[in-house]
Amino acid sequence: MKVPEKVSATFDVLPPVPARAPAFVREVVGTIIAGNGDALPVSALPIDGTFPTATAQWEKRNIAQQIPVWDAELCIQCGKCVMVCPHAVIRAKVYDSLLLSNAPPTFKTAQPCWREFASLRYTLQVAPEDCTGCRLCVEICPAKSKSEVKHKAINMEMQAPLRQQESANWEFFLSLPEFDRERISHTQVKDTQLLEPLFEFSGACAGCGETPYIKLLTQLFGDRLLIANATGCSSIYGGNLPTTPYTVNREGRGPAWSNSLFEDNAEFGLGMRLAMDQQAVFAHHLLTQLSGPLGGVLVTGLREADQSKEAGIKAQRQRVAELKGKLAGIDSAEARALLAVADALVRKSVWIVGGDGWAYDIGAAGLDHVLGSGRNVNLLVLDTEVYSNTGGQMSKATPRGSVAKFATGGKQTAKKDLAMEAISYGYVYVARVAMGGGDTHTIKAFQEAEAHDGPSLIIAYSHCIAHGYDLGFGLNQQKNAVLSGYWPLVRYNPALRLAGKNPFQLDSKPPSIPLKQYAYQEARYTMLAQSDPKAARELLRAAQDDVERQWRVYSSRAAMPGRAETPHPVETVKEGGEGK
Amino acid sequence: MSDIATRYLGLTLKSPLVASASPLCESVPNIRELEDAGMGAVVLPSLFEEQLELESNALDDDLWRGAESYPESQSLLPDLEDYNLGPDGYLDLIEGAKAAVDIPVIASLNGVSPGGWAEYARLMEEAGADAIELNIYSISTEPSVGAAEVEKGYVDFVRQIKRTTRIPVAVKLSPFFSAPANIALRLDDAGADGLVLFNRFYQPDFDVESLEVVPRLTLSHPDELLLRLHWTAILSDHVEADLAVTGGVHSAVDVVKAIMAGASVTMVASVLLQKGIHHACSILSDLRRWLEEHEYDSVRQMCGSMSRRSVPDPSAFERGNYMRVLSSHALKPSS
Repeated sequence: MKVPEKVSATFDVLPPVPARAPAFVREVVGTIIAGNGDALPVSALPIDGTFPTATAQWEKRNIAQQIPVWDAELCIQCGKCVMVCPHAVIRAKVYDSLLLSNAPPTFKTAQPCWREFASLRYTLQVAPEDCTGCRLCVEICPAKSKSEVKHKAINMEMQAPLRQQESANWEFFLSLPEFDRERISHTQVKDTQLLEPLFEFSGACAGCGETPYIKLLTQLFGDRLLIANATGCSSIYGGNLPTTPYTVNREGRGPAWSNSLFEDNAEFGLGMRLAMDQQAVFAHHLLTQLSGPLGGVLVTGLREADQSKEAGIKAQRQRVAELKGKLAGIDSAEARALLAVADALVRKSVWIVGGDGWAYDIGAAGLDHVLGSGRNVNLLVLDTEVYSNTGGQMSKATPRGSVAKFATGGKQTAKKDLAMEAISYGYVYVARVAMGGGDTHTIKAFQEAEAHDGPSLIIAYSHCIAHGYDLGFGLNQQKNAVLSGYWPLVRYNPALRLAGKNPFQLDSKPPSIPLKQYAYQEARYTMLAQSDPKAARELLRAAQDDVERQWRVYSSRAAMPGRAETPHPVETVKEGGEGK
Repeated sequence: MSDIATRYLGLTLKSPLVASASPLCESVPNIRELEDAGMGAVVLPSLFEEQLELESNALDDDLWRGAESYPESQSLLPDLEDYNLGPDGYLDLIEGAKAAVDIPVIASLNGVSPGGWAEYARLMEEAGADAIELNIYSISTEPSVGAAEVEKGYVDFVRQIKRTTRIPVAVKLSPFFSAPANIALRLDDAGADGLVLFNRFYQPDFDVESLEVVPRLTLSHPDELLLRLHWTAILSDHVEADLAVTGGVHSAVDVVKAIMAGASVTMVASVLLQKGIHHACSILSDLRRWLEEHEYDSVRQMCGSMSRRSVPDPSAFERGNYMRVLSSHALKPSS
């Protein structure tokens, strides 16, 4: 083979980040991406270690050979693809048609399927350079062509020929305004697809089962979200140097995020809650002291604001802005102190996030203490049933019969029922969710957990590369987990208990397929069946028994009448202890 | 008392009822129960060479999945020392069944490669199988491959296996040949000791709500017996090989019909899957009663008594009969 004497190619390696990126991203983040981090002086790094968010958007990795392409005519705009996308690269917007005057020639658009928005336009857009090509969106898409069923409303096509055109379309799409959050339901999949995600382009695996839950969290509460993240996959893709996938909206609001250790993350998050609460208490105290110069109407409004809904939070933000304006004109120590804590007057949503290694094992005692505190924190367990990030070791969430490190002969014991442990408190909101088994159920659980004025625990089934199958079928497997009864969809809402109803709601149907039909799609189970068939058979039988026992317990609990629903007269106790 | 013993593939069977390849014969306790119920032999479920390969490849894919993107994923699932990806499980079943029962145990094999057929057949013989049933189930979806080529492949396989094994070999046929009698004769010439008529195929179904092609298992129906009777009656006059009827055998009368057509044995699965293994006892006691009521000394006595050559009017098996059946269904004039 004859090698040319000199290089004749006219292209060069792309810069690590585009030239239009912010200075810090170009000079620090970009240098680290290029592999030259050692060349950075210490003075270039943030002085307290706090890295800016919203930087993953500049790292265009271009790792997908194929990307999803939208068929606007076939699409029913259900929003499922947007919801399941682990990297937030498929997004939808509804916008005024006048905005299309500057649209690139290949920018696609359709009439919205919402009756009330019929005069507007709808677009589903893919970020071609950020997509990982996992195909979850294609597999979940329910719209099939009537003349060729393999053609869906989203189909994979080669990325390279589409890159330039779709990059331009993506940029234009981003320039379109976000839809008014108050005009849509925050409990329907179809509507929540229009909520801006504030978690995007993370370094999680293609097809990750965890990140769709985090993305949903940021869509629902991202502009007032504080996250305490346990070490594990979610801490690596959540805050791995040099880029940060958590981002901000146009008002500059987005999640604040920090990572703590396996063993104390729940307490770490509780600390965030206590700090915010204490700041609010201090702010209220200062408001009382400054009620004269600030005016009674504003102070009363700030102190008594109903922030249970987004509209109330928005109104409170306006009051806080007004407050800050007034405080700027008051020269006193109290005014300066109130200015420092004024933002604590806006309701914050504290979420303590981590995997099963944290929640079931190493951080279990802390998690239990925090649930026992009764404080208003939300705990999200991204349950992959194995220590994913550290290399696939067994946890107490690992199911019976599956193979993991330290369980090479198949785990001999059943998975711990963390939900039932938490339910035993009575005042903890608890949900077991699986996006592929019930997407609306998942959204409802997140909303109820946030609304609950006390501790909440959501245990989210998360498919994972450690399960050993093509993750493009991750949502199908989640569905099978629910259909087999292995992963019942459950919500325990203490608010129902206070209303005299049964707080335990079993939201999935009785098992309709055998456990084997779900489990034996995954190498973590089948590798045992093929290495030690006898042991695998016995463990499968025991695991099927686990499923049936669990279903009997759950269904009986769900069938129990609430206090006010009981068909039998019960003795109630009057104040003073006199029975009647 | 009438004698219901028969001979099939050179083996003596205590009854003409044989358990065909099905999940019923997947476990040794079931096989023991089948013997207790009076079955003359059992055919184990088919060992699919293709399935062994697919399982092996799929496991390898799954264990290495993601390794090209995330080096860590190479070690997410621990290394196990040994995977049982070959036919060992199947060979264990043969050995277990042979140790547990006295009736003949027939192994069933579906191969895809010439080497595969021969190697697995040899292993089955070593494991103690009394005979092998070749399940030549392949779907020729490639339009450029003609019928002659496919049929030659079947005949060559049989010839090769007869060369490498000493135990009897039966071939389970499909009814979908342009000239079934011709292929039967060629397989007979190639040395097949038995022909099993006919395989039942499981075509996938369409789910018109989800727009998906879905697998569907339908159990056999007694109506399916008629096709088997027809070809058994035709072939029994022409081939040396023993004939077995499978598909649609649900009662003692069905057994009688098949034997009269020329079958040495009849195979059952669906009716036992529906009613339980113990139902075989009822079929056999009905058979004995029928033979006694009709004064037959043995099943051998009536074997082939209604084959094409043995009936007074062979045209019943020919095209003319087709015309007659159709005309018998003409609409009656309205009154």
